[in-house]
Formats: sequence, C-alpha cells, structure tokens
Amino acid sequence: MMMMGRPQGRGAGGRPQAGQRGGPFMGLSAPVERSKDFRGTLRKLLARLRSERLVLAVVVVLGSLSVAFSVIGPKIAGNAMNVIFDGVVGKTLPAGVPKEQIIASLRASGRGQFADMLAATNAVPGVGIDFAALAQILALAVVVYALASLLAWAQAYIMAGVAQRTVYGMRREVEEKLARLPLRYFDSHAHGDLLSRVTNDVDNIATTLQQGLSQLLTSVLTVIGVLGMMLWISPLLALISVITIPLSFAVTILIAGRSQKEFIAQWAETGALNGHVEQMHSGHALVQVFGRRVSAIRQFNDQNERLYRASFRAQFLSGIIQPAMQFLSNLNYVGVAVIGGYRVASGAMSLGDVTAFIAYSRQFTMPLMQIAAQMNLLQSGLASAERVFEFLGAPEETPDRIGATAPHATRGHVEFDRVSFRYLPDKPLIEDFSLDVRPGETVAIVGPTGAGKTTIVNLLMRFYDIDGGAIRLDGTDTRELPRDAVRRTFGMVLQDSWLFAGTIRDNIAYGKEGASLDEIVAAATAAHVDPFVRTLPEGYDALLEEEASNISAGQRQLITIARAFLADPSILILDEATSNVDTRTEVLIQQAMARLRHGRTSFVIAHRLSTIRNADEIVVMDAGRIVEQGDHAELLRKQGFYYALYQSQFAESVGTDLTGRATAPVLQPAG
Amino acid sequence: MLIHLLRRHLAPYQRQVAIVTALLLLQSVGNLYLPNLNADIINNGVAKGDTDYIWRTGAVMLGITLLLGLFAIVAVYFASQTSMSVGRDVRAAVFERVQSFSAREMNRFGTASLITRNTNDVQQVQLFVQIALTILVSAPILAIGGIVMAIREDATLSWLIVVIVPLMAAVIGVLMWMAVPLFRQVQVKIDRITQVLREQITGVRVVRAFIRVRSERARFETANADLTATSLRVNRIFALAFPSLLAIMNLSTVAILWFGAGLVDRGDMPIGNLTAFLQYIMQILFAVMTAVFMVILVPRAEASAQRIVEVVETTSSIAEPLRPVAPQQLSGLVAFADVTFAYPHGERPVLHGLTFEARPGRTTAIIGGTGSGKSTVVSLVTRSFDVTSGVVLVDGLDVREQALDGLWARIGLVPQTAYLFKGTVAQNLRFGNESATDAQLWRALEIAQARDFVAAMPGQLEAPIDQGGTNVSGGQRQRLAIARAIVKRPAIYLFDDCFSALDAGTDARLRMALKAETTDATVIIVAQRVSTILHADHIVVLDEGRIVGSGAHDDLMRTSAEYREIVESQLGAAAA
Repeated sequence: MMMMGRPQGRGAGGRPQAGQRGGPFMGLSAPVERSKDFRGTLRKLLARLRSERLVLAVVVVLGSLSVAFSVIGPKIAGNAMNVIFDGVVGKTLPAGVPKEQIIASLRASGRGQFADMLAATNAVPGVGIDFAALAQILALAVVVYALASLLAWAQAYIMAGVAQRTVYGMRREVEEKLARLPLRYFDSHAHGDLLSRVTNDVDNIATTLQQGLSQLLTSVLTVIGVLGMMLWISPLLALISVITIPLSFAVTILIAGRSQKEFIAQWAETGALNGHVEQMHSGHALVQVFGRRVSAIRQFNDQNERLYRASFRAQFLSGIIQPAMQFLSNLNYVGVAVIGGYRVASGAMSLGDVTAFIAYSRQFTMPLMQIAAQMNLLQSGLASAERVFEFLGAPEETPDRIGATAPHATRGHVEFDRVSFRYLPDKPLIEDFSLDVRPGETVAIVGPTGAGKTTIVNLLMRFYDIDGGAIRLDGTDTRELPRDAVRRTFGMVLQDSWLFAGTIRDNIAYGKEGASLDEIVAAATAAHVDPFVRTLPEGYDALLEEEASNISAGQRQLITIARAFLADPSILILDEATSNVDTRTEVLIQQAMARLRHGRTSFVIAHRLSTIRNADEIVVMDAGRIVEQGDHAELLRKQGFYYALYQSQFAESVGTDLTGRATAPVLQPAG
Repeated sequence: MLIHLLRRHLAPYQRQVAIVTALLLLQSVGNLYLPNLNADIINNGVAKGDTDYIWRTGAVMLGITLLLGLFAIVAVYFASQTSMSVGRDVRAAVFERVQSFSAREMNRFGTASLITRNTNDVQQVQLFVQIALTILVSAPILAIGGIVMAIREDATLSWLIVVIVPLMAAVIGVLMWMAVPLFRQVQVKIDRITQVLREQITGVRVVRAFIRVRSERARFETANADLTATSLRVNRIFALAFPSLLAIMNLSTVAILWFGAGLVDRGDMPIGNLTAFLQYIMQILFAVMTAVFMVILVPRAEASAQRIVEVVETTSSIAEPLRPVAPQQLSGLVAFADVTFAYPHGERPVLHGLTFEARPGRTTAIIGGTGSGKSTVVSLVTRSFDVTSGVVLVDGLDVREQALDGLWARIGLVPQTAYLFKGTVAQNLRFGNESATDAQLWRALEIAQARDFVAAMPGQLEAPIDQGGTNVSGGQRQRLAIARAIVKRPAIYLFDDCFSALDAGTDARLRMALKAETTDATVIIVAQRVSTILHADHIVVLDEGRIVGSGAHDDLMRTSAEYREIVESQLGAAAA
C-alpha cells in the first residue's frame, strides 16, 4: 500500500517536527528517531493490542489470503499467455500434419532447438488460439484478482478500526493519568514537552498502527510468496532476482546510512536558522533601533548557505536510492527477458512463464521499498510509544485517605501548627511556622519579587503536601480530608487568570458546577463585570479567545473575581498584583476584591500599602522563607526585615514617617 | 501564486531545469523502449528460433539500462541542486523583506506568522519543487510516452487505454475529493484535543482548585470520540484506494489478454507486441497513479506560496527619505508638535494633538492608564509608526527627513517586554555598541542593578543566555535590557514601562543611578507606577490620547484631578 501523506499535527509543544511526511517515497527522506528499548516497547505496545487479538487474527488471515491470491494471479495470466502462444505457433505450422512429425523433421534438418521449443508447447498444427480455454483461464484470473482486492480492502478496513480503537483508549488513558499526577510533576516538567507527548506522540502511534503494522505483514508475505512462485517456475531466473534483491537491500542501507548523517546535519542547520529567524523577528524593533539590520542579514545569509549545502547533500544522497533501485530492477528485467527468451527458444520454459516472471519481478520491488519505509515508520512509532509509556509510568499522587469525612469548612478557621516544608531536600524553606487565623481575618503575605509567596498557596490547597506539622481547617487536619473537600473551601484569584477558550458565561460558571444564569449574572454584577459584558454584542455568550485582545487584562481579572464570587468559598486566596491595568479598572478590581473579602477569611499576596497596614496578620517572606510575622505596628517596632522593606518601598516615595503621616516628598538618595 | 513565485525564483536555474527535463525525457523514452526490445526478442528471436538475435538485443538492453542509471543520477543531482537553491533564495528574500518592515507590517502579519512564513512555508514550496522536478515531470512524460508507444504498436488495442486511464484517474480523483475535506477536519479536531490538553496542563491548578476534573474529562471525551470517528472515516476511505487501483491494473491485464488474443489470432499483432503492450499499460498506470497522488501536494504548496508572496510584495510603510538631512546639532532634543496618530484601521485616534518637549539633561515622564496611548509615543520617536498628522522632531528636524540609521544610532530603547538574544551576557550588552570594553559593561550592569547577579552567574560576562532570555528571571531580564541601552551611550533614552518587573526598592535605586549616568541625555520614561516617575523633572499625564496635565509632581497634585486620582489609587489616600 502506498504510504499516504497523513495530516501531521502542527507541532504542539516545543519539539521539532521531522518535516512533512507526504507522498509514497517520503518514508526514506527524514532522520528517524530511534527508541531506546526497541523490544521492550514493542512488547508493551503489542500488549495493548491484546484486547483486539481476535480481530487481529482475522486481519492476518485476510491479509495472507489476499497476498496468496495476488501472488497466484500472474501465474494464471501466464497460462493465458501460453494459450495465445500455442495458437500463434500452431498457425505457422502446416495444417493436418501431426506435431510429432514436424518435430522429427525439424530435428533432422538441424533445427533442434526450434524442435525442442515446439515440443514444449501445446500447439496444434494449423489451429489458432483456443478461445474456449482462454476464456476459462481468464475467467479464473478475474475471480482471483477480484478476491485479492476484496480481501485487501477488508483487511485495511478492519485494521483501521483496530488502530483507531486502540489509540482512542490510549488517549483516554493519558488524559486520566494527567488527573492523577501530583502538582510536582507539572512544575518540574516542561509543559511543551508534556503536551507533545500526549498529542504528537500519540498521533504518531496512531499512524504507525494504521499504516505500519498490517502493511509490514503484507509486504513481507508478498515478498516471500513471490519469491516462492519464482523459484517454482524457474530456479535459474529466480537466481537472477535473488542476486539483485540483496543488492538492492545493500544499496539502500548503504545510501540510507550515509544520507542519515546528512539529514541530521540538515536538521541541525534548520534548527539553527529557524532560531535565528525567530529571534530577529521577535526582537524586530530592537534589531532596528540598535542598528543591527545589516548584521542580522549577514548572519542569516551565512546560516542559509550552510543549510543549503547540508540539505543539498542530504537530498542528493537520498534521491539516489530511487534511481538505484530502478536500475537494479531494470537489470533484473533485462536478465529475465534475455535469458528467459533463450529458455523459451530452447523449450525449457514457456512464454507464459516468462511473462509471469516479469510481472513477479515488478511485484517484488514495490513491497521491498515499502518495507524500508515501514521499518522507519515503526521505529518512529516505537520511539513515540516509549515516551508515552514513560509518561504513563510516572509516580502518582498519594490517594486520599479512605473513609475520610468531608465536612465543608464553613467557618473559615485556619491554623498552621509548626509547619515545615521544602521543595527540594537540600533547600530548606519553611521551618516550624505557626499561625492562627480566625474566621474573617485577613493575612497579608508580603515580600520582594520572587520571595516564594505562592508556596503558601500550594500548601493551603494541598497542591503540595507539608513535610512536618499540620494545617487545620476548622480543627481538622487537611491531610485527613479528601483533596477536593479542602479545595472547595478556598477561592483563588491569582495574577495568572487562566481563563479558557469559551464563553464568558462558561468561564464564570467554572466556579460552580450547574450554576444558573441568574447566579452567574449576580456574581458578574458583584465583580463589576456585568456592565462591560452588556456592551459586547454577544453579551455573556461572547467568546474569550486564547490570546484575547477583545477583552483587556483588567477585565479578565474581573471575570476571575466573578468566578470566585460564584464559588462562594469560606476562605480566599488573592493576589493583589495588577500590572498592565488602567486606573479605572484597577479601582474596580480593588472594590470588587474588597467586597469579595468581606466576612471571609483571606490570604492576600499584598502589594498595596493600605491592605498591608490593615491586615490582622502579616507574613513576611524572603527567598522562599518566612522571616517575620506579626501585625504592622509590631513589625515596625522590631525594625527588622519588614521595617527595611517598608522604608524602601513606601516611606521614601510618599514621604511618610513612622506613624504614617504624610510629609512633603523629599528627594532622598538611595540608602 | 505558486506559479508566479516559482517562475521568478526558478529563472536563474533555467539551465538546470532544462537539463533535468531533458534527462527525464530520455529516461522515460528509455524505460519505454525496453519493453519494445523485449517484444523484438520474442517476435524475432524466440518465435523464429534465432538465439543470436536474443543475445544481441539483450546487449542493447543492457547498454540502455546502464545509460538510464547514469541519466537518473545526473538528473537527481541537478534536481536537488535546483530545489534546494530555490528554497535558499526564497528564504533569503522573505527574511530581507521582513527586516525592512515597520511595526505596522509586523503587527499586520504577527510575529508568529512571519516566522512560519519564513520557515515552514518555504519548506513546503521547496518540497514541491523537489518533487515536481523528479516525479511530477517524469510521470506525465511516462504516461504520454506510453500512450504514444502503445498506439504505435497497435491503434486498435489502444482504445483500452482511452478507457482504463481515465477510469483510474477518476477513481483516484473521487477518493481524493472525499478524503481531502476530511483530512482538514481531522486536523481541526487534532487541534481541538491539543487545546483541551494544553489547558489541562497549564491550568492544572485551576482545574483542581475548582474541582473540575470530571467536567474536564467529559470535555476531553467529546473531543476524543469526535476525532476518532473522523479519523476512522478517513482511514476507511483510504482503505479503498490501493485495492481498487490494484483491481483496475489487474483487470486491465485480463482485458488486454482477451482482446489482444483476438488481434494476434487474426495476424494483426505479433505476439511480442502483446507482452510489450502489457508492460506499457503497467507503466502508464503506475505513472498516472503517482502523478495524481502527488497532486495532493499542490494545494498545500499553493497556500504556502500565497503566504510567502504576501510578505515579499509588501513594502514597508516607513520609508527612508529620498534625500536624508542630518541635523545641525546633536543635542537629543525630542519634541512633539500637534501630533495626532491613529492606527491604520482604528476608528479613533490614539493620540490627539500632542504637543510637548523632552529636553536633554532632564527626565520626562509620561503617565497614564492602559489605552491612554503612552507606549505609542515611544513608537513615534523610533519611527516604528509614522504620525497621521503633526510632526515629531528630534534635534529640531522631522524624523521623517532623517536617515533611519542615523536616527536610531542616537536612541537607546528599552521596550516593555525585555527580549534577550541567544549568546552570552556580554554579546547581549554589546548589541548596540560592539566596541564596548568589559569595564564599560560592568559599569552599565552596576547602574542597572544587575552587577550582583551577573557576577554570581557561572562565566559572569560569558554566561550563556537562552533565546529570549528565558534562563533568567523577568526582573533580571529587564535589568540586562536596561544595561544594554546604557552601554550604547545614546543621546536619547526611551524607557517604555520597563521597570514594572522590579520591586519598588530596586526601581528607586536604579533610577537614582541612571540619573547620574544620563546627565546630558534626554530621558523619556513611560510608566504606570507613580512611584517610578514621582521625581521626574517633567511629567506628562495622558488620558485617552490627550495631555491632561503637565509639570512636576507637586504642581500636578495641585492642578490635575486625573493625576491625583492615579496617585491616590496606587499609593493610598495617605499620599494625597
């Protein structure tokens, strides 16, 4: 079967695509990734097909039968040719004279060879082609050929089902795995690579199953069957073919090996050039204003030239395979035609057999080329399978304790009891941290950029589990509760809003499953979202696109606040940072946040002076560690980290003194 | 479009294309001649018992085979050379054109799209040329040649060709017509699944925080089932392809044998020619099949060619002046005189009648909310965009009358999102000034508050920076970008809201150090944070593209309500 160009995914994630696979000859044209454990992975992949083993058996049977029929076909056609030949020869002989007599007279007159040939035929002197016999033979041929095609179609049809079902199951398994992996896995693996494994690699497996496996079987069977027929018809002619076949193999492997090296070089140069292009286009304004246009073009041309040379070599070498195979095939043809003709002339073979042989030779080369391409496909598919299996084998989250009760913490009392935690064993973070947050209180988390304020979020939400101590919600240790129950207690409004591609309504409704439109509108109103939604033509059904430019950053944040309103949690986790937001919207956001926080226990990653000063408790973090805690006045009195931070961030710019009274702003040199 | 593009870029390689075509022609002729000689062997050698004839003709066949092999290799050489050269030339053309673009063209296409056009799309066209020069040319020649030869052999039997070949082309055509739209659907559905999975991966915290694992699974299930169903349909259609083509080829053989037998019996056709005919048919059908499958590539190549031509035929909206004028005095004075600017398809102007001055030796700050047009001011100075009306003056001269390179040489730009290039820290810092010494680099780093972390990096100045600068934090990136501008020692500094990733402390220290460094230069800071620009010499307050206040901080607190509002919301009522 020809390898159809299959639509390749556009390359989600960061891995480079190995170029378009289009057309029947492309299987040999790109460097193939090899799996590390061929046999092991193959076994695992075949294990997944076990549930389909009956169907696969049917496919194998159909395929074998189809091959068998298509291999017999040329022989039957050859017999038809013989009938025609007999008729032609018969016509040249005088009618009425018995054949043996003619043969004897030929031998007597020294034309022994011609006599031998005559003897080998079924020619009847004076009689032309036996059309009745011909019709019979051709009718049989039609049946055989029709069956061969029918069975081949059935095989491919059924195999398609097998492949798709298997891949469907794999995709589902992969997605379910995502839900069972701990957060740690997501934070420690590049998202691009992860995405590539669950999409590109699975697709690649689909292609391999669909086009590789069953056709590899058919190709191999065809080669064996044809070889068998050839040997049966004429060992001598078969010898010629048998010589050219290994030669073809050897040539292909040799050339493919050399070209593989060139392809790797081409791939590397392509990557380098693409990187340069990406950079120059992404940093376009910089390249211009910093006067680097000429240099950018020069660098590009150098790299482009290198790419040209590498790709020329690669294409030339791999392009030679086809003509080389053609050459050997032609050589084979010449040998068969000449020697076969001689054998027919000497009566050792029939013309029909030679015709059949020529057909067999052609039937030989196609599967051979396809085997090479299919092996490549198999390799690539197994490499992908390996990556997918690796992903599926990743350690999962510890399951929720069985029998854990799931009370909804309605009061919102949070207690940190001598909590210690670290991401990496050798990098201490939080040690012996205790904090009692009564319902309705506000805790402000402050610290310089990158201080690790999200760690608190991770621990509260049980995205990561603590190493020592306990976190209690309304008196119950969170590790005793199912994770979902813990998370239902909290509402998050973070800087990274994460809205998905869907309607505004769906995004807000994410906060509560099965929310009614009234509830959604109520939440939207509380978050100041409703007014601007009404200005949109589609209203709540307006679509939020991925790189949405139809909704501003500030408005997106308001939508996440609406989502939190709808979820109506007892405890809030908020990040106050609002960069890239205009003043008006910023005011709205602050008002909405204030309203949201009313009466709820809140953990606020604080940026505004007023929030911090009015918080019931301030937790000061630096380099991932909690360094101080207390309320505003206490911390200032300590004259420690907080004091210094406060001075540098606020006091200088506004000119407030220690009691918070504004003084005239004075230009002060940096401390 | 594709033809248009190819005609232009194949022009320098006419000689090679001619050679390839000639060789392919000879190859096809040769491949068709071999069955002819075989027919001779049968007619004159076998049937007449003349074995010498068999050997002689055999020798000729061998010779032809060797020649064919040689021709093929030479053809591949020139075909590869030509197709790869075309790829190289088109890539270069696109890249150079993009380099001349202004921000308007960059925005029109989008950076991602431009990158794809410069890489993937060129690849498609290159692939197409390569295949065209090998298969697409030889296939029709083989087909036509085969038809000619077949007709020469026997015109009576060649009516079979007239029936079979169109039949085969029709079968493939129908299959393609059904499959191609399904292919596109499959692609869309793959994209959908990718999107769902990407959201589950990047948004894993939100999915779990809102207890949406089950609904996510349902979303995925739908997409998965959808994709599987469509893929199944496509693949089942393709299951038909090979068997039906095989059936056509095989049944043609049967038909030829039957009808040919009749001709042979009547003596109208020598038997050897019958075998030759069989082989012609096989070759013709094979060639037609290959050619039709290759035609799949045309739409894709066409789409890519169109995207390429779009870029190459776009001229930049920012043109170098025909007769550039150099300013008399290089003071660094920047002035806006009644500047109005609207985006090409924008309804309302982004800036209205803006008039202000930024003088050398002073810091001029521009503040306003999102959508107030402040970043646009920077773009007008660098000529990323040109004004709709009014004039932007640098050193007393309209920027449009100055040579672009000369203008840019005097500007140090630090854009909103810091972008670094792959290389070392030193290479990045020297971006605007190749001859800067290490000492100068360290000094710039010190001013930019970046000295400490660079000194802590392995290799220090030679420490590697990844593409985009992703191996350093956002704050560090910004500081390096600022240092890069400082190294250039420009007369005009443009800081486009680039202090936002820094905490207020670092921000304040940096500006203090900058002030000392830039005593003679014109400094324009665009910002959202009031704390950044509080101490500027001159503050310009923008609201919806108009100046609503200008002066120093104290004056503005007294005179401008908008300014007061901004200050209050950011620093709290205590500051008022």
